Amino acid sequence: MSGRTKTIRVDTLARVEGEGALQIKLLGDRVADVKFRIFEPPRLFEALLKGRHYTEAPDITARICGICPIAYQMSAVHAMERALGIRIDPAVRLLRRLFYCGEWIESHALHVYMLHAPDFLGYQDAFEMARDHREIVEQGLRLKKIGNSIVTLLGGREIHPISAAVGGFFKTPAKNDLRVLEEDLRWAIDASVSTVKLVAGFDFPDFEQDYEFVALTHPEEYPFNEGRLVSSRGLNIDAAEYEDHFVEQHVKHSNALHSIVRGRGSYLVGPLARFNLNFDRLPVVARQAAYEAHLTPPVTNPFRSIVVRAVELVFACAEALRVVEEYEPPAQPRVQAAARSGVGQAITEAPRGILYHRYALAENGLILAAKIVPPTSQNQKRIEDDLRDFAAQVASWPLDEATWKCEQAIRNYDPCISCATHFLRLKVERE
Amino acid sequence: MNSDGKKKPSIAVVKFASCDGCQLSLLDAEDELFAVIGSVDIAYFPEGSRAMRNGPYDIAVVEGSITTHHDAERIQQVRRLSRTLVTIGACATSGGIQALRNWKDVTELVRVVYASPQFISTLKSSTPVAEHVPVDFELRGCPINKQQLLELITALLAGRKPNIPTYSVCIECKRQGNVCVSVVKGTSCMGPVTQAGCGALCPAYNRGCFGCFGPMESPNMASLTKQFRTLGQTDAAISRSFRSFSAWAWQFRKASEECERT
Repeated sequence: MSGRTKTIRVDTLARVEGEGALQIKLLGDRVADVKFRIFEPPRLFEALLKGRHYTEAPDITARICGICPIAYQMSAVHAMERALGIRIDPAVRLLRRLFYCGEWIESHALHVYMLHAPDFLGYQDAFEMARDHREIVEQGLRLKKIGNSIVTLLGGREIHPISAAVGGFFKTPAKNDLRVLEEDLRWAIDASVSTVKLVAGFDFPDFEQDYEFVALTHPEEYPFNEGRLVSSRGLNIDAAEYEDHFVEQHVKHSNALHSIVRGRGSYLVGPLARFNLNFDRLPVVARQAAYEAHLTPPVTNPFRSIVVRAVELVFACAEALRVVEEYEPPAQPRVQAAARSGVGQAITEAPRGILYHRYALAENGLILAAKIVPPTSQNQKRIEDDLRDFAAQVASWPLDEATWKCEQAIRNYDPCISCATHFLRLKVERE
Repeated sequence: MNSDGKKKPSIAVVKFASCDGCQLSLLDAEDELFAVIGSVDIAYFPEGSRAMRNGPYDIAVVEGSITTHHDAERIQQVRRLSRTLVTIGACATSGGIQALRNWKDVTELVRVVYASPQFISTLKSSTPVAEHVPVDFELRGCPINKQQLLELITALLAGRKPNIPTYSVCIECKRQGNVCVSVVKGTSCMGPVTQAGCGALCPAYNRGCFGCFGPMESPNMASLTKQFRTLGQTDAAISRSFRSFSAWAWQFRKASEECERT
């Protein structure tokens, strides 16, 4: 085959959220060109937020993504609270962690079982996989449902829940309301531990990469809504400094805006980054599951992200149970504050990685400017970098197998293209 | 094949500009998923499967609004290939939140978001699918209600009309025994003009309805505008209330424009 040109081409990338395509040109075993193309249409959220009231941002930005609406609501409320100088009740803080646990469980179970596992087991989809492994898919669905039930309990419905508010929640549950989750969560912890065992037994290509991992970090907790932004190459900043250190670069050859660490290059956000930078903050049960799967930081093979996601499932289920047991309702569901002019930034950990929001507010509470950087747009350059290296490894394979494997390499990132679209061009052209 | 020997209807789930949430509702029907999958032939559903077949399809389920030239052509193709075409969610049925661009200069908006606006190809407006092709049924909601989605699929398979109420959120609210947030607490609530389907969630969570399911069958917009003014809302704020996820639905559009004019 050497010397011959062939093209790995996927016109519609499957089992991801949103619309993307992939084209890799191979010259013999050499990778001549990689295009990870996004054709999801732009929806122009940042521009549309201008002139809206600050209280509307959580509900409007939730509509960026149906898979991780809570991430958008959380980054929005924290950024607004910062702009307005609001301090939230500790009980609200705890409830927000529970809310986020629900989203992580739902999103991770969806990705691990329904979107990613079929690649490792050789099925087109989870429906086909269920014919041979019904109990595995059912376990995944039950886990996912438990995540959704947490979100529904706190927010009324699983997609675009309606309870998150600047300053707290519109309504907070009584202590007993949460108790109904306990039994399911105990099952879910065990099921997640067995998920780790299951996915750790998959075959992983030999593919180690030198990443700059970027994640939030908190002195006591595995990160959700609070902490400093750190990286494996020494970055340690507050959310307010994000734009000093991360820039969108216009890459000529790809016509796409890529987010990079200023002066360095691509970086990785999401489960791998969180795990590697916060391993010692995981609860014992999650660390134990990781040890048993021979998974210790630093994990630098992106194909193993499915195992890390499973470990995070253990964490999210255990953390949810902790909150359910410790929760006492706040004095008031939310703290209200007068509108004032100001700027607020926040970063929270969406299932796929850090999500940055910045808002500038006028005195009357209307939004003057908004900036949103979703995790997938931050990972996008890294995905292309991975593909460039990985395609060489599979260049000599039969085309359909090589194609499938490259798709899998993209799904390692659980990319959410609907989210990333603000920052990606519609068309990618070469030459 | 079904158990009675009939060929299963082929189904395509097609996405335009949207958040993916409405088609995710299908995967969120965890308890019913296998039953649904078992009764149809999934021919095209990229969010769930890498196996994709070209049409024709018996049923196309369409999510998202039309915002690009490419998509304006693609929806024509989807219609040609599909015996029945239903739309799901506020984006597909009304243009979605991205239809806020319809009142603005889209070139200016693109400049706010993108560094090199010249590379972005987008239409001036975001429009519902029904403005482009005939639609057999529109399922409302931002997001849709998954029980209503199951009812729609069941009805399509049985060849009957789906049983989806078009009355207002107020009816659901009363049925739930909620205390009226507007009358009792003076909260602005869009329940009277919004179609039922969410189960009157917001009033149950101490907030006013913000219109996720779009206009009900015969909304009295003038009366609600008056009520909002009585509650002390400025016309700018009232206009914003009408301009959210179903902003381009004509009843909400017209009422919001009337507030802007005064």
